[in-house]
Amino acid sequence: MATKQGWLLRNHKFFEKHSYILLAGILVTVAIGGLIEIVPLFYLKNTIEKVEGVRPYTPLELAGQNIYVREGCYVCHSQMIRPLRDEAERYGHYSLAAESMYDHPFQWGSKRTGPDLARVGGKYSDEWHKQHLIDPRSLVPESIMPPYAFLADQPLDLSGIKADMGTLRIAGVPYTDEMISRAVDDAMGQAGGEYDVEAMAADYGKIAGREGTVTVRDFDGEPGEPTEMDALIAYLQVLGTMVDFSTYEAEDLSNKR
Amino acid sequence: MAAAASRTARLDPSTAAVGLVLIVVLVLAFAGAANATDAGFAAHSWMFLIAAVAGLAALLGWHEAGDKTPTFDKAYYEEGVVKAGIVATMFWGVAGFLVGLIIALQLTWPNLFYFPDLPWTNFGRIRPLHTSAVIFAFGGNALIATSFYVVQRTCRTRLAGGMWPWFVFWGYQLFIVIAATGYLMGITQSKEYAEPEWYADLWLTIVWVAYLGVFVATILRRKEPHIYVANWFYLAFIVTIAMLHIVNNISLPASLAGAKSFSVFSGVQSALIQWWYGHNAVGFFLTAGFLAMMYYFIPKRVERPVWSYRLSIVHFWSLIFIYIWAGPHHLHYTALPQWAQTLGMTFSIMLWMPSWGGMINGLMTLSGAWDKLRTDPVVRMLVVSVAFYGMSTFEGPLMSVREVNALSHYTDWGIGHVHSGALGWVGFVTFGSMYCLTQWVWKRPKLYSNALVEWHFWISTIGIVLYISSMWVSGIMEGLMWRAYNEFGFLEYSFIETVSAKHISYIIRATGGGLFLLGALIMIYNLVRTARGDVPVEDRNRSASTPTLQPAE
Repeated sequence: MATKQGWLLRNHKFFEKHSYILLAGILVTVAIGGLIEIVPLFYLKNTIEKVEGVRPYTPLELAGQNIYVREGCYVCHSQMIRPLRDEAERYGHYSLAAESMYDHPFQWGSKRTGPDLARVGGKYSDEWHKQHLIDPRSLVPESIMPPYAFLADQPLDLSGIKADMGTLRIAGVPYTDEMISRAVDDAMGQAGGEYDVEAMAADYGKIAGREGTVTVRDFDGEPGEPTEMDALIAYLQVLGTMVDFSTYEAEDLSNKR
Repeated sequence: MAAAASRTARLDPSTAAVGLVLIVVLVLAFAGAANATDAGFAAHSWMFLIAAVAGLAALLGWHEAGDKTPTFDKAYYEEGVVKAGIVATMFWGVAGFLVGLIIALQLTWPNLFYFPDLPWTNFGRIRPLHTSAVIFAFGGNALIATSFYVVQRTCRTRLAGGMWPWFVFWGYQLFIVIAATGYLMGITQSKEYAEPEWYADLWLTIVWVAYLGVFVATILRRKEPHIYVANWFYLAFIVTIAMLHIVNNISLPASLAGAKSFSVFSGVQSALIQWWYGHNAVGFFLTAGFLAMMYYFIPKRVERPVWSYRLSIVHFWSLIFIYIWAGPHHLHYTALPQWAQTLGMTFSIMLWMPSWGGMINGLMTLSGAWDKLRTDPVVRMLVVSVAFYGMSTFEGPLMSVREVNALSHYTDWGIGHVHSGALGWVGFVTFGSMYCLTQWVWKRPKLYSNALVEWHFWISTIGIVLYISSMWVSGIMEGLMWRAYNEFGFLEYSFIETVSAKHISYIIRATGGGLFLLGALIMIYNLVRTARGDVPVEDRNRSASTPTLQPAE
């Protein structure tokens, strides 16, 4: 070689001539950013705000979330209200990290082809939701949402709900043995069946730190076995209703992020 | 005797190992089918079982075929798997574009394109089918096919691993089928671009490790002292996707005989890990891997060296270092702590520089051969892809600025942005590379018809322009409408008013998508005629009746 090569070209040969060194160099280079951004989220205490009211989903609500996931609702609906004036007025208080701490995984979404659902709970009646899910355009003529009429006819499959709750407990959701062993009865009871729901309300209220967070009623208005419609509406109706905002101090230093 | 000897010689370790893997799959699939707790898992167990049986039958057939089939002779390049990859790329491409068109039509005319009694036809289930089909099936097969071709040529050696490259190819197709049918049945983790459930993820991990093994082993037996720049990018793509895929998909199955699993991460942590994955699926799957194509196919097609070797080095390391940090820009103004959002935004803006460094390196490779833009439509396709790359990598950093993101996030602007990258960059660089590859691996002097490439180029370009401009209009419009206040200080528009305002844009978007699909169909016709060896259209007029000019003696 007559011409003298620059520093970069001379030294880069080290990578270009040794495949394992190139491989190791790539791995180190791509690992750094992720480690620095992700790892602190697991130990910085102020990642999740201090606030009361958030509790794990009841079996019926969890079955509803499973349907929400199965149908891909997250594709068009976000569950994350940003701290912007128009969003607060349209959807309500901005979302807290605490509100999704029992969602495995998060359902924040990335697109609003339909409106945000983070605080949809309690905004519409059960009858409205049922009719809207069966035929969205019967209530909102310009809607482009798909119809979910089949949910009303589909009996709710609760055969896997105990396994679901047990798995979530391993992942960190504070379900107790009683909550899991009672799961099927609790689901039937919450959907308006003839079951004792006192223990459920007490158990979930205890984790929430307040009473009245579990709503018991026949969500789909059809007596008998709960349907998938019951579960999905129960889930929608609890969204954004858990946090006791009287206990949330936005200006507290531990909540400043 | 002779036959027996050749058979013994051909029972090579790689074929035996692949057979062993298939037997394990067969046993597990049988157990899964027998114990399945839900119908979806049972259906998937049967698919794995059938695939394993078919694979074993194919191995046996190949083994019994005797001397008629080629062995893994190191004196020759492995081109069969590249040919299969071209077919798979174009097949999945058309499937993905078609599903995209269908969901675009659903959002445009919901009364015509939704079927209340068929849950699997709903937008929520087939949108992941579209994204996975175009990213992983179309893009992934293009990456596997081109990487297998490029690594052999630039290392001047046959693909390593004997039967393993075929395992990678068919294993990957099986993953695609499992993922796609899963979405239709409602089997999903609800993590965008990582929807497949735990067992599909495990299978992809096995296939991906085999892919990495084949690629590295081929580089190790290279006859060139240096590893060519395209291979750095392929290697970074394969390794980083492995890392992202494994970490993002750590989950606990509710039952080992059921489809449902729960991510071990929840809430804000799962959000950042997902978008660390999601943005780097863009950065490493859809960028690094396709930049490798740029670094091979553009120089080869225009017969010029890469413009700057030094820029290649800077481009490579800075791109892979910075990309990884950019994920949090998907979570601006969310419950993600602000320090993480700020880091994500900062690195996203910095990312503009390596991206444009790479674009310049690709474009300037045409130095001294700019006339080919006029004479070779395939070159034009490749160059325009790099131009689209430059455009969307400028738009991306812009959208990652918090204040811009406040407007653009959650809107159709994001959809337009990903499509300028996906259709313009990924689509066109793949089309350009597939035109080259088809001509080269089937050993044809030229394509069947350059005129059809022109048609493809212009129809698709018009389609892309319609698509992205309609999404700019609808995205910025809805973003502004959401935050509009009237003179009394109330929100001006209800949500549904912003939906109906987008109707015209949606018609234009669907038209654009339809044109892009039409272009791809024209391309397939052209590729089939090229591969068959039909007389090129441009040569027909020069048949026996028209005398060609004789060279001067």
